[in-house]
Amino acid sequence: MKTNKVALLGLFIALAFVLSYIEFLLPFSIGIPGAKIGLANLAVVVALFIIGKKDALVLSIIRVLLVGLTFGNLAMTMYSIAGAALSYLMMLIGMKTKKLSITGVSVLGGVFHNVGQIIVAMLVLETAGLIYYLPFLVIIGTISGVVIGVLAAMIVERLRRNLRF
Amino acid sequence: MKKNDLKLIVTVLVVAVVFWLGMSLYQKYNTANQAYVLVTIDGVEYGKYPLNKDITERIEFEDGSYNVLEIKDGEAQISEASCPDQICVNHMHIHYSKEMIVCLPNGLIAEIVNGEERDIDGSTH
Repeated sequence: MKTNKVALLGLFIALAFVLSYIEFLLPFSIGIPGAKIGLANLAVVVALFIIGKKDALVLSIIRVLLVGLTFGNLAMTMYSIAGAALSYLMMLIGMKTKKLSITGVSVLGGVFHNVGQIIVAMLVLETAGLIYYLPFLVIIGTISGVVIGVLAAMIVERLRRNLRF
Repeated sequence: MKKNDLKLIVTVLVVAVVFWLGMSLYQKYNTANQAYVLVTIDGVEYGKYPLNKDITERIEFEDGSYNVLEIKDGEAQISEASCPDQICVNHMHIHYSKEMIVCLPNGLIAEIVNGEERDIDGSTH
């Protein structure tokens, strides 16, 4: 791993961490447990397209652990890891098909982050009733995925122009 | 944004809406999770009556005695009974889980199952 790549990954981790913190600070809540905007996904999506898939996975996992240990609790971390893993997997598949742009990949990420979380919550709490939240979580995930995707596309375009490895 | 992105977004939204509609329909027609009154006579199940449907059910016994179970506005009560003490008739309406009206002379118990949880520990009436 080249030094500048290490530095870049460190930067992205810090960025994802700060974005999670900003989201944590936001005073409003949508009223559905587990529903989040997923600002940190911005860093993951950009990393996926700029630094590469392996580093994006590292970034995603470190981000979840950092945020979980700092602001959350063990249960929250567990849901987040499941969400992040599923989200990463789907984004990778979406990227590999080459049929989707960054926006589409980001939508996949946003939706499946919520899906992964709710599945783990259902298993842990043994409450199948949580599935009633799923449609709303999917819709929120789609909206935030579109916003994050458009932003990520703008960032990636500028970074590709100015970043040299 | 590519055309495929739009397709994906529309598909996801449609799936979510269909899923949601399906679930609300399922919930509406599936009474498994709904509150109901479980009527037992001498410990044997006699019938289940959903709390969200207003009914008046006359429960007759072989010896001619009877209880009338009435469900109205999500609450159940025994509105009429043949027993001499009329304790079940004077009992307050029930709708919280595990609340029950007992008619000892007839051996009848009407209990709420799957109902709302009571927020307070208890109160007198």
